[in-house]
Amino acid sequence: MNAPLIGARIQRKEDYRFLTGAGQYTDDISLPNQAHAAFVRSPHAHAVIKKINVEKAKKAPGVLAVYTGADLAAAKVGGLPCGWLITDVNGQPMKEPPHPCLAQGKVRYVGDHVAVVVAATAEQARDAAEQVEVDYEVLLAVVDAAKARAKGASALHDIAPDNTCYVWALGDKAKVDEAFAKAAHVTRLDFVNNRLVPNAIEPRAAIGVYSRADEGYTLYVANQNPHVERLLMTAFVLGLPEHKVRVVAPDVGGGFGSKIYLYAEDVVVTWAARQLNRPVRWTAERSESFLSDAHGRDHVTTAELALDNNGKFLAMRVKTTANLGAYLSTFASCIPTILYATLLAGQYTTPAIYCEVTAVFTNTAPVDAYRGAGRPEATYVVERLVETAARELKIDPADLRRRNFIRNFPYQTPVALQYDTGNYEATLDAALQLGDVENFSSRKEESRKRGKLRGIGYAAYIEACGIAPSAVAGSLGARAGLFEAGEIRVHPTGSVTVFTGSHSHGQGHETSFAQVVADRLGIPIENVDIVHGDTSKVLFGMGTYGSRSIAVGGTAIVKALDKIIAKGKKIAAHLLEASESDIEYDRGEFKVAGTDRKKMFGEIAFAAYVPHNYPHDKLEPGLNENAFYDPSNFTFPAGSYVCEVEVDRDTGQVTIERFTAVDDFGKIINPMIVEGQVHGGLAQGIGQALTEGCHYDESGQLVTGSLMDYCLPRAGDVPSFKIDTRETPCTHNPLGVKGCGEAGAIGAPAAVMNAITDALGVKDLPMPATPQTVWRSLQQKAA
Amino acid sequence: MSVKVSMKVNGKPVSAEVEARTLLVTFIRENLRLTGTHVGCDTAQCGACTVHMNGRAIKSCSIVAMQAEGADILTIEGVANGNGTLHPMQQAFKENHGLQCGFCTPGMVMNALDFAKGHPNPSEKEVRESLEGNLCRCTGYHNIVKSIVAGARAMAASK
Repeated sequence: MNAPLIGARIQRKEDYRFLTGAGQYTDDISLPNQAHAAFVRSPHAHAVIKKINVEKAKKAPGVLAVYTGADLAAAKVGGLPCGWLITDVNGQPMKEPPHPCLAQGKVRYVGDHVAVVVAATAEQARDAAEQVEVDYEVLLAVVDAAKARAKGASALHDIAPDNTCYVWALGDKAKVDEAFAKAAHVTRLDFVNNRLVPNAIEPRAAIGVYSRADEGYTLYVANQNPHVERLLMTAFVLGLPEHKVRVVAPDVGGGFGSKIYLYAEDVVVTWAARQLNRPVRWTAERSESFLSDAHGRDHVTTAELALDNNGKFLAMRVKTTANLGAYLSTFASCIPTILYATLLAGQYTTPAIYCEVTAVFTNTAPVDAYRGAGRPEATYVVERLVETAARELKIDPADLRRRNFIRNFPYQTPVALQYDTGNYEATLDAALQLGDVENFSSRKEESRKRGKLRGIGYAAYIEACGIAPSAVAGSLGARAGLFEAGEIRVHPTGSVTVFTGSHSHGQGHETSFAQVVADRLGIPIENVDIVHGDTSKVLFGMGTYGSRSIAVGGTAIVKALDKIIAKGKKIAAHLLEASESDIEYDRGEFKVAGTDRKKMFGEIAFAAYVPHNYPHDKLEPGLNENAFYDPSNFTFPAGSYVCEVEVDRDTGQVTIERFTAVDDFGKIINPMIVEGQVHGGLAQGIGQALTEGCHYDESGQLVTGSLMDYCLPRAGDVPSFKIDTRETPCTHNPLGVKGCGEAGAIGAPAAVMNAITDALGVKDLPMPATPQTVWRSLQQKAA
Repeated sequence: MSVKVSMKVNGKPVSAEVEARTLLVTFIRENLRLTGTHVGCDTAQCGACTVHMNGRAIKSCSIVAMQAEGADILTIEGVANGNGTLHPMQQAFKENHGLQCGFCTPGMVMNALDFAKGHPNPSEKEVRESLEGNLCRCTGYHNIVKSIVAGARAMAASK
């Protein structure tokens, strides 16, 4: 038997190909006879299309075709669907305006798709795209969520004249109002959760292929959930039979949510491939990514926390306006509702919570899930409120949290979720110790001597991962299942190929999932390969988002393994001439209880495929099992972060001097990979707090439209992190795992902003806390 | 207008007729089909396209192929040893989990190789400064920094 693999720091199986340039990302695929697409995008945020003249473009060198919205409409190509129906406070369904793949009569954001040019080379397509003449009648734009409902605001969609998609609420308002009326203290904050652009380093890319021979389509696409992409595209947009469409998401260079969705470009290249009978490819330029990838966050919120004299939280009241952008992206509607308001209990026993969300359309790129998706916004509300309350009441912020921690599990929150387990004290204690909070005051003094301000801030976050179960999600409006599928194919000589519906775009599934399988089967990890990302190979899949892969996808694999082992026991019982009930299994060994008689996993596999001595009367030959797993609940990772910053009074420059993160992800399969996930999440969270902010001007032009204007954190902007974990295993999945992909991005913004406001001695500061913002705040305070 | 370009890529002489405006990165990816060199942006910010030209790390999206006429180009495909074993810098990235999605990785490694030549035992600060022109969205840089420190030391030790 091999050493245990679950919990081991195994180096990644996928690294060799990435380190030698052998990765195969969508844009690396080259097909015979391929053509190239370039999209004509709207230069205006809001305009009526009066006329499109494509004649010049059609005659440009190398051009094969130019298509506009009229062509798609004539071909009955549908619009992009939204996968989650939110019902508003009056019981009405949300407003779902059409979301055409190429504009129909009107454009609604800068970058909106107007036409596509397909040519023999990418350069020819781009050159010809500039020859497409579009006559626009420019309309007034609305870009700011807070102004979208103002009187006289320009309406984007006929079905939503007030630009409102829905007004939605969660919680007991009367109970909350009553608690506020009696409260000894109320802390109130108004803030903006800044709009972000995900910016995976691999831009989106898609290649559509059609074969007349089998009337089949293949779409290669940089995507996080190929089966969902296929389902949405075939059933709702192109009306194609699902079995005739193969979607392949090969190596994908980061997603962070932005590659979950079905995008117009994916549909258009697939459709065009059939029209032209040749592969049609498109790869976004970074400026196109800025314009047309789904953005994240963008909330305007007023939040209040009611406390009693002892610092016990009595109630929370939150009112948020969420900017959905110009159209509903695939999961846009559930992010500021189901994945936001339900997290407002945080780690605390707050007995009454009420949250009202108004979701609005604006002339900006669609907004959808971005790493954390609703949960960073919720954590920001809760943790900025808690820290501010502690300062107002002059209670140590860590102590105030302790006074309100949930300690009894399972715990039913007032905002729908039931936490199965947790130990918030443990992660807080560990974070305080690892962050050497005890000696903060001497470090602050040392900073002061150098003329610098120093501040400390905490964030104790909770997240809900692996959104589930399907039935509950369905009752809340989900239009998809939320299970995962896995298949174990054992080969005659005992090596194993695993097919998973999860998708890895950096998370290292090829390693962690292989660790689980090799550990359970007692075989070397080299004997296990993980296959993902191809609908023609993997039986089904809901894909990777919401930190669901190990908790949902990993469990589906374990369920399939259980079936393999159950069948193996029957084969072993036959071979060992024992009763099945006497066979014990432990990591690759099938043993007759109380004896030394045993069969190894490899022998069982061989017997299954060379069934000479085999219980044919009871069993089929072969060893291949699959499982679908629909979780009974979310998982609830949680943790405590401590951030220490230093601020330069003269320049407003903030440097993160220490960042400590202690997370509870339940059981951990590969600590090395988990640490990497935390580091990456923290950098994105710190990016939101310090450097990143997507900005449209009043006319709807994207001001931060390149990496020279939108500041992704660079190596010099973030510190090395101090991180650790504590472990309370998830109670409702067999691995005890919770998920770790989003934690850093959820907890970091509040911790950083709490530290900066502490350093400056101000109540609040907008994100990103750029040097200019910080410097202004210092000047205002001095004045 | 098309032009003939000739250069040495990973030790092999190559030449092709290309449009004059063809970027070096496009020549490497599309003409030579060496797709390990990536394109992550259009403003020379991300560094995913970093290759070596005559021994120095450059962004191959920022020059046209013609400008590399006669040059000696090294791409990520030419870094590992002839027998397929990883170069010490690549090995350091693997051992320190210095990559996740892998997209920025070739550029990171190419930049690190050049940096390590002049910094056999770099400090964390020096490494972070050296990464000014390379963006990663996955790792938070923590493990990339560790990888480059370890890789530079390993390169110095193997001399």
